Amino acid sequence: MASTRLNVPGLDGRCAGASRAAATLALGGADLASLAGGSPVASEFPLPAVQDLDRFENNVQELVKPEHGTTTLGFIFRDGVIIAVDSRASQGSYVSSQTVKKVIEINPYLVGTMAGGAADCAFWQRNLGMQCRMFELKNKKRITVCAASKMLANTMYSYKGMGLSMGSMIGGWDPSGPAIYYVDSDGQRTKGTIFSVGSGSLYAYGVLDQGYKWDMDVDTAVELGQRAIYHAQFRDAVSGGTCSVYHITKDGWTKIRGNNHYDMHYQYYPGGHPTAANDVI
Amino acid sequence: MSWSPYDLNGGTCIAIGGEGYCIVAASTRLSTGFSILTADKSMILPVNSKCLIASAGFDGDRSQLHKVLTFRSENYEHFHKKPMSCPAMAQMLGNTLYYKRFFPYYTFNLCAGLDDQGLGCVYTYDAIGSHERVGYSCQGSGKDLVQPVLDNQLKAPSILELPPKVAVTSLSKDEAIETVKIAFSAASERDIYTGDAVEIFVMTPEHGVQKEILPLRRD
Repeated sequence: MASTRLNVPGLDGRCAGASRAAATLALGGADLASLAGGSPVASEFPLPAVQDLDRFENNVQELVKPEHGTTTLGFIFRDGVIIAVDSRASQGSYVSSQTVKKVIEINPYLVGTMAGGAADCAFWQRNLGMQCRMFELKNKKRITVCAASKMLANTMYSYKGMGLSMGSMIGGWDPSGPAIYYVDSDGQRTKGTIFSVGSGSLYAYGVLDQGYKWDMDVDTAVELGQRAIYHAQFRDAVSGGTCSVYHITKDGWTKIRGNNHYDMHYQYYPGGHPTAANDVI
Repeated sequence: MSWSPYDLNGGTCIAIGGEGYCIVAASTRLSTGFSILTADKSMILPVNSKCLIASAGFDGDRSQLHKVLTFRSENYEHFHKKPMSCPAMAQMLGNTLYYKRFFPYYTFNLCAGLDDQGLGCVYTYDAIGSHERVGYSCQGSGKDLVQPVLDNQLKAPSILELPPKVAVTSLSKDEAIETVKIAFSAASERDIYTGDAVEIFVMTPEHGVQKEILPLRRD
């Protein structure tokens, strides 16, 4: 129902929540007045004046064709969190970029991954970064992964049914140790040890489940993450580009790998892959 | 057929950022279906001395978007007494597009200029504000034809690779301009929406913004 959907934060023009603050700040100095005044302003996310909003949004989805096809994975182990991602973005069968940064650095201790609509992930995780900073300033301590992921899940739930598309893992280190949560645009939020998201996730899970041990050392864990992404890129047409691997410890995240698929292929299979009919040129 | 607020007016734009220069070029043909509405419609908005925006897609949304961006950029200049930097403009354009997430501007943008180090920078967008900094990019109806040629001629290592490599094209300014001209004349041969002329803006720290017009096929 179009009418009930208007009644969500940011769409009804009455919400004075965090997303409003981010929105207004982003617009520049002139709009700061409306932030301070708290007066109702025109809705931040204007909707078209159509009867059938659902159909319009479906058509819009066709027009803008957000990025699909991704492999992202994350897992926790004894020495922290590993996050590994590919870098391909596609619109239909067209590869729109081979250099997408799918790890979003929310703050030095928290990262999020990007799968689904690129704009939806990037925008709302930037917004989450602001909410986390606000939490730090108010409470004089860093936010937990649990709380940060819940803020993102709440944002997603408030827009449920509006066509946002996001499948994300929020990983980080807090006083309770390494943690990883899966959050998606349906509002689902799950704590876990191993996750993989995207069209190549099946392939990544295969490698990951085969090699995962809680007690492995950092080098083994990094290698496992990279290998899982490599095999997903190999079998999934809409995953590819480079493989980035992040490691998160109590001192925050560091990017430790950034390898081209081509280089990895000849590192793993110096004489070419045995199942490949034709070698990569 | 149900009513739609959108049209697709065609046109191609290219941006290349190099060491000490930035090039933004766009074709000037405006079409709808198989008709040509005009042969000299600019798709490029020179925002300020540091930044240019080229938008392909629907002309109505483009003119509204350019109006909004001009307003915000001027407002920024009055508040801060300096022109908005290209990276700042790029983030603002991303936000502007995303705030129309549920009723998008049907435009495909390039934001290009010089950053604070005088290095050429190019940002490429989707219609709802997802953006990425790249060395060069192409948008619009001729994208599928032109982008692979640019990849072939300009490709630099990905910024994602470790250890870090220089991710800016090694081409000189004049070579890059020549590449742009060749790409457009090639696109005008095979894309019906690219033709008539191409506007080429060249930005350098020494000479500011200079504009050149290259005629293309008119059929």
